[in-house]
Amino acid sequence: MSQKTPIVTLTGVQKYYGDYHALRGITANIGQGEFFSLLGPSGCGKTTLLRAIAGFEDISQGQILLDGRDMEGVPPNRRPTNMVFQSYAIFPHMSVSENVGFGLRKSGLSAADKRRAVGEALEMVGLGQYGGRAAHALSGGQRQRVALARALIMKPKVLLLDEPLSALDKKMREVMQVELIRLQREVGITFILVTHDQEEALVMSDRIAVMFEGEIAQLDDPETLYRRPKSRRVAEFIGMMNFLPAEVLGTTGTSTEVEVAGLGRATLEAGQCPNGTQSGTGEIGVRPESLTVLFEGQTAEGGREAAGTVREVVYYGDMTYYDILLDGAPAPVRVSMRNMPGRRVLDFGARARLAWDPRAMVLFG
Amino acid sequence: MRPIVLLPLFAFNDGTVIAFPLQGFTTQWFAALLDTPALHQATVNSLIIAMSTAVFATILGLFAARAATRYGFPGKGGIVGFIMLPLVLPEVIVAISLLIVLMQLGLNSGTWAIIAGHTLICTPFAIAILQGSFSNMDRSLEEAAVDLGETAWSTFRLITLPLVSPGIIASLLICFTISLDEFIIAFFLSGNEPTLPVYLWGQLRFPARLPVVMALGTILVILSVLLLVIAETFRRRGLKRAGLKDTGGFL
Ligand SMILES: Nc1ncnc2c1ncn2[C@@H]1O[C@H](COP(=O)(O)OP(=O)(O)OP(=O)(O)O)[C@@H](O)[C@H]1O
Ligand SMILES: [Mg+2]
Repeated sequence: MSQKTPIVTLTGVQKYYGDYHALRGITANIGQGEFFSLLGPSGCGKTTLLRAIAGFEDISQGQILLDGRDMEGVPPNRRPTNMVFQSYAIFPHMSVSENVGFGLRKSGLSAADKRRAVGEALEMVGLGQYGGRAAHALSGGQRQRVALARALIMKPKVLLLDEPLSALDKKMREVMQVELIRLQREVGITFILVTHDQEEALVMSDRIAVMFEGEIAQLDDPETLYRRPKSRRVAEFIGMMNFLPAEVLGTTGTSTEVEVAGLGRATLEAGQCPNGTQSGTGEIGVRPESLTVLFEGQTAEGGREAAGTVREVVYYGDMTYYDILLDGAPAPVRVSMRNMPGRRVLDFGARARLAWDPRAMVLFG
Repeated sequence: MRPIVLLPLFAFNDGTVIAFPLQGFTTQWFAALLDTPALHQATVNSLIIAMSTAVFATILGLFAARAATRYGFPGKGGIVGFIMLPLVLPEVIVAISLLIVLMQLGLNSGTWAIIAGHTLICTPFAIAILQGSFSNMDRSLEEAAVDLGETAWSTFRLITLPLVSPGIIASLLICFTISLDEFIIAFFLSGNEPTLPVYLWGQLRFPARLPVVMALGTILVILSVLLLVIAETFRRRGLKRAGLKDTGGFL
């Protein structure tokens, strides 16, 4: 997906608000037709970057190319972008149709063509019957759809969405996630989505840029981001990860030998050591679902087995989460197990055996 | 407030003495209003002044309110405070200051001077009303319009103006009312073109004219109340249109 021709090119984009350094050199290529997400905690500069692309914020340094054209000095109304605002910004004094057709005012289309375009746009977001409604008489989800239709009718090269789902309840959010993916496939427009919800980003995006304090910490597809986070901070931000102290024993070719507290000896490939392998000690990151509780009669493949004591049991129905203090480890690790018929839930305080897999590990320096 | 109740009472009273008991019902004092040319001239003066004041104060208020809610700039607090000053200054002070300024500039007092004075005291009200309208308006509405291809001016015309128009109407009506009823500034600056309140005051010297004054006063009070109610209605409608809760008003 990342090989597509870039439609947005960000080069060393910096933004100062007075003394405050909000964007500290953002460099990224966003491909034609890509679903790209900016993910990060509150205040990391996601909105600022999105607004800089839209033209609502001047950047202090660097360059923004849209479709190969330098956007310096180009106002928002002449950029090939459209925005879905966090508040949706539905014009309250207009009907749904008037809102959706607003951007066609200067298009030179005939009234009939405009009406048809508005009808199609409303149909596309599932609001075919709502054209005549007053804008203030809409629910949150409907307002969101109107905002989408109003932006998409402009056929922008890039659609910018600032936390478009954050105002919706959980159910509606899940519906709209699927809807957005479908829409994006249908229209083939590049979407840049801002979110602070890692799950949302993982579900929807082709690629995700994780931002901390005005910088991109990692830019990857969801799977790589999840399986091979480049730093402990990214690992902690995306999903849940256990950290265990580890000692680097040596390197042979591309592989690195480590001794992991509580687990044992493991051999890691270069891709699993994002910070290199120079330091004598580091930390091993391993996801809860990559550790497996062994029940009676089961044995671990290759003898990679560890033992410990159950310190916490959290039963979720489909899943059970265990906190297990491995013998020789300083802190418990979290293990998630799918519940299956005939499989008993371990008791608090019980002894447990774990199987582990070195391929699921990441070494942080 | 209580004396206001007495106005209509004596305006319809069939007798020139303002005293109880009432003498009987008549509309002759209202009829007398119709054939008093000086009164008509005063009415015309007042209307011209009130309308001009309403327009000027509202336009100034529009700019000031927009600047105050949308931009931060150094010394903003001080400037806003200075504009709002006439709100708390006694009108006599405003009137005398204006008179001094006029004399210094060698200008005549008269209709234009009163309009200037009234604009000065009405602008703070206009700002207060319009500031409410602007700050209630989601800023991203304007950005959305620009994002959809509109210029700054067409955005103002298509989005901003319609959304603050109830505030504009409310401001026009309230400034009109304030100007129409204002006496002190008008008295100091009117020269030989009295406004209605000034004319009224002049008539008070003739006891026989007192019931006519009462009749005129009655009309003025009713008109003012009516205008204020309409103004408040518009203000509330504006809030509702923008889908917002009421956060305090003037009435
Ligand atoms: N107009 C401004 N003036 C000064 N500082 C600003 C301005 N806009 C944003 N900031 C600051 O820049 C930083 C980044 O803001 P931004 O809105 O981009 O964050 P964000 O990542 O979108 O956060 P959130 O998830 O809370 O929306 C914040 O610390 C914010 O306080
Ligand atoms: Mg934001």
